[in-house]
Amino acid sequence: MLPIIFVLPIIQLIILSNAATFEVKNIKFSYIDNDKTSFSRELIEKFDASSYFSVQTDFPSTKLASSAMLNGEVDVILEIPQHFERNLLKNRITDLAVTINAIDGAAAGVENVYINQIIQRFNKNAQTELITPFDLINIPKNIVSIPSFWFNKTLNYKTFMVPGILVILVTMITLFLSGMNIVREKEIGTLEQINVTPIKKHQFIIGKLFPFWIIGMGLLTIGLIIAKVLFNVPIVGSVGLMYLYTGIYILVILGIGLFISNFTDTQQQAMFISWFFAVIFILMSGLFTPIESMPQWAQHLTEFNPIRYFVEVMRMVMLKGSDFNDILPQFLKTLFYAFIMNGLAVWSYRKIA
Amino acid sequence: MKEEAVIQVENLTKKFGDFTAVNAISFEVKKGEIFGFLGANGAGKTTAMKMLIGIYKPTSGNAQVASFNVYKNPNEIKKNIGYMSQKFALYDDLTVKENITFFGGIYGLSRSQIKEKTAQLIEELNLQETVNQLVGTLPLGWKQKISFSVALLHNPKIVFLDEPTSGVDPITRRQFWEMIYETANNGTTIFVTTHYMDEAEYCDRVSIMVNGNIEALDTPKKLKKQFNVVTMNDVFLKLARSPSLTLPFGKGVKND
Repeated sequence: MLPIIFVLPIIQLIILSNAATFEVKNIKFSYIDNDKTSFSRELIEKFDASSYFSVQTDFPSTKLASSAMLNGEVDVILEIPQHFERNLLKNRITDLAVTINAIDGAAAGVENVYINQIIQRFNKNAQTELITPFDLINIPKNIVSIPSFWFNKTLNYKTFMVPGILVILVTMITLFLSGMNIVREKEIGTLEQINVTPIKKHQFIIGKLFPFWIIGMGLLTIGLIIAKVLFNVPIVGSVGLMYLYTGIYILVILGIGLFISNFTDTQQQAMFISWFFAVIFILMSGLFTPIESMPQWAQHLTEFNPIRYFVEVMRMVMLKGSDFNDILPQFLKTLFYAFIMNGLAVWSYRKIA
Repeated sequence: MKEEAVIQVENLTKKFGDFTAVNAISFEVKKGEIFGFLGANGAGKTTAMKMLIGIYKPTSGNAQVASFNVYKNPNEIKKNIGYMSQKFALYDDLTVKENITFFGGIYGLSRSQIKEKTAQLIEELNLQETVNQLVGTLPLGWKQKISFSVALLHNPKIVFLDEPTSGVDPITRRQFWEMIYETANNGTTIFVTTHYMDEAEYCDRVSIMVNGNIEALDTPKKLKKQFNVVTMNDVFLKLARSPSLTLPFGKGVKND
């Protein structure tokens, strides 16, 4: 079992970090060109040139294009109206119809942004071409924003995801192992034997916590090595600080696991409850969706989510090089949480029924 | 011979909701005695026993075990008793030696004591070849003997055995009872529940529980005389059937 505990998370880390990305690539793009002028062709070429779009086909009619989307053959349809070029030259205004498959809403949003960027760029070029000397006076100066991404200059998704996925692995393994643990002994009957011995409650709980704590720290070590060696994720901050925080964080998770274990009679029940919390904790951790975009009440709920703090701390320390003072709020909350959960675990462990 | 009582039970009762598993039972067990605790499935023996070893809280009544009160000093009781459950309860994924070390440690034995005890057990049970095997790989008879020895590691005043020989072959059962006799001769009190009526004959005194009540309590010899039968088996059948109350179906406590 011990090799499995270590091997599976490593495989997960490697696969997930490569696969879990918010970038949308290979968008299946098709168009209906009702204009067939140099302008319309130029616009289509812009999409062709983009690495995000793979231009599929041009459809002769809207109907055919729609049925292709129904069949899932295309993601985006751009319809260029008749007299596109003429309207643009003459009236300086024209319309374009863009249809996006929004089965996956998040991807559709991203695709929309890409499309808009390309059309805007095209628009600007067209403007410059159409400028007459008379216009020069009136043309407003374009405001161009030049983003600079701090702490992750190239917006590398792996840099962003690896610390987060590492967090999830450490959490899942320690939560499930501890959640199953006492309840397993209930099932086998060894717990009854332990309960007739004069062992103290806290001794028992510490004895239960310690091995899983070691396993959790071992996982962190392996994960960090993989992050550095395989993914080349920058580790800017202090590794010692990460270990210190993780050491306390794991106590929280183990406390939750043992607490669950105390309140359940079978491993199935414990598994069910552990899953419930794991899913909520992970989806509300800010790993996949930013906490800032959640509704207010949900943001308050995340205050009780230990994974949230762990994700924050790992990203802060690894990518930004935050020191102890920077992570102090998270550190104190986690420490408090650890005391509460383990207190509850000791309290709820009953030697006497 | 007048000897001190190591277990004193007065009107001990345990209710689970509406169901009375143990109904105001009273008895005494004397030092060095082999006390047989008999009853059909669901009669309440295991529940009664669990109150005495401090893992069930009695609903009412009183009990002293090893001169400690079950309400006030369950932990002191636990230091002075050994327990062997009907579910085999050593760790299957530890070796025999590791189990001995682990339980010795829990009972606060020193390293040298544990070493000494281990050597002693290896000698007594002929464990030379099995001591480093995982307990899970051993046959049940072996496990039960080791389990019993582990329950005795800390030299308890009383040992509680919950159906220690169920599912064990007759030879091992015989050997097991020899171990029980030897332990009792050394002054340890034995409190044993069993289904086997031939085993009841080996006990110094026997109590028979029916539907949460103790219906009979005496030496096997006197009980047989009292009910005018030849074997303990007949005593049991007479008692368990006589009120023609069917045993509580489905209401019983788990494990009993």
